[in-house]
Amino acid sequence: MAMRDDTMHEIRWHGRGGQGAVTAAKILADAAFGSGWRGVTSAPSFGAERRGAPVTASTRLAAEEIRVLSQVTEPDVVVVLDESLLDVGKATAGIKPGGVIIVNTTRPAAELGLAGDFRVVAADVTGAALEAGVVVAGTPLVNTAILGSVAAATGLVTIESVAAAIEHVFSAKLAEKNVAAARLAFECTSR
Amino acid sequence: MAEQKTVAATGNTVVAEAMRQCKPDVVAAYPITPQTTIVEEYAGFVAKGRVHTEYVTVESEHSAMSACIGASAAGARVMTATASQGLALMWEELHIASGMRLPIVMANANRALSAPINIHCDHGDAMGARDAGWIMYFAESAQEAYDNTIMALKVAEDPSVLLPAMSCLDGFITTHSIDRVDVLDDESVAGFVGEYEPANALLDTDDPVSHGAFAGLGGPFFEFKRAQREAMEAARPVITSVGEAYSQLSGRPFDVIETFGMEDAEVAAVVIGSASGNARHIARQLRAQGVKAGVVKVRVFRPFPYAELAEALRGVKAVAVLDRAESFGAEGGPLFLEVRSALYDASDRIPVVSYIYGLGGSDVRLELMERMFADLSDIAAGSAQPGKLVYLGAR
Repeated sequence: MAMRDDTMHEIRWHGRGGQGAVTAAKILADAAFGSGWRGVTSAPSFGAERRGAPVTASTRLAAEEIRVLSQVTEPDVVVVLDESLLDVGKATAGIKPGGVIIVNTTRPAAELGLAGDFRVVAADVTGAALEAGVVVAGTPLVNTAILGSVAAATGLVTIESVAAAIEHVFSAKLAEKNVAAARLAFECTSR
Repeated sequence: MAEQKTVAATGNTVVAEAMRQCKPDVVAAYPITPQTTIVEEYAGFVAKGRVHTEYVTVESEHSAMSACIGASAAGARVMTATASQGLALMWEELHIASGMRLPIVMANANRALSAPINIHCDHGDAMGARDAGWIMYFAESAQEAYDNTIMALKVAEDPSVLLPAMSCLDGFITTHSIDRVDVLDDESVAGFVGEYEPANALLDTDDPVSHGAFAGLGGPFFEFKRAQREAMEAARPVITSVGEAYSQLSGRPFDVIETFGMEDAEVAAVVIGSASGNARHIARQLRAQGVKAGVVKVRVFRPFPYAELAEALRGVKAVAVLDRAESFGAEGGPLFLEVRSALYDASDRIPVVSYIYGLGGSDVRLELMERMFADLSDIAAGSAQPGKLVYLGAR
């Protein structure tokens, strides 16, 4: 589904401390520039940070420069890096009618218990990260792979701009794996 | 216009980049949230040989500013960065830096002061230092934080000024958000700021001088203070001319205040920092509905642009001044006090309301801006009296 139009698009990220949601938001911002958006901001919401704690970040995309920097409360797109946050994080709060929530899960969308005037997209992002070998100290890292799912489910950025943005952040060897993970997630995510 | 590169970066990253491009001889700094990544990235530049700076790691902010003062008095170009409790710990040195007329440039990542403990944005730290004799720039965006830092150095080192300058950016909101920034090339910045030629270097043994000597009873202390006031006044035209030169280089306009919709505004908000964008966003929506709303953003707080503010607010029927800082016991926040003072000589008596907002990072939601403008419209229409200070959005 291509959501792209000239209005402002607001994305809210739900992750856990250490999962890289803030880095994902940063790479998406870069990919958004690469996809032709002129206005892009991405604001993390920091608490007293600790590993595993629920964290959120807010990203805005628009055709023109954006200067609104408050936290996103009525998102068009919600991205959930960790399925367990569906229970604790109020992930669906405020989603705009016709919006979309993208969840990293091995379960089908219909089984997630999410109902509302929004689309639920389930994607096995962890599986994509494992398959591509994006694993650090035995833990799959999903923050780059999930960008492929965001590209597929929203059409706000192209998978090629995601790949280029990942290559800006990592060394060539690491970039290869991370890009592969994003492409795998892109393929396994419904449009 | 110089060649520029567009990047997606945080405010802290581009402040570190601006510092590197200004090529300071000495940076002495102590990390503190949310300033940390500025000095972290700068230390990286030094380690990789991307800048030739004597980087002094110190045990506290008190020592950081002390080392900056020593280095600047010696004749070095000096920059640093801090935030919140760190700025508070520098308090006595802030006055020494300005009293010794040392053009140190410091980025400040605006953060609340304890207690209770809080690591998020407000302007309480910088506003607490507003009488320390420093020039003070405030950024709305990462772009402005980058631009302000470079301009601040050029202004501070101007021989007719020689005052330290602070380049403030909102903690987390601007320091940690990814934003679109156009970055100048290294040569353009180096050419713009030029080489620093200290007027009274301690290390110049051919022309020995004293710094910070005793000037007690009967000494010239009083006259030194007047000289500082004169230097702050002398900074006004320099800030403007440096801003014009920088505009030519960057293609980005600069003024000590920035106005939106003020040509016909009946209700207006005066604001500093990152919340300006939210205020403008609502003002733009209101104007589409026929409400004559305007916004004045203050980009330079010291020296305060009294004349520009009074001119911008001429003919307005109600004004809100938004302060992200307290001045307990005063009639309003620090910016309110300045704005109302600026309006004292105006021919019309304009109702001015003090709004305190966003303390400790309290989110500046758009609906709060809507409520504030709705209040102003009622006052302008005569259906409400301007009330006492409002804590905007407090539960």
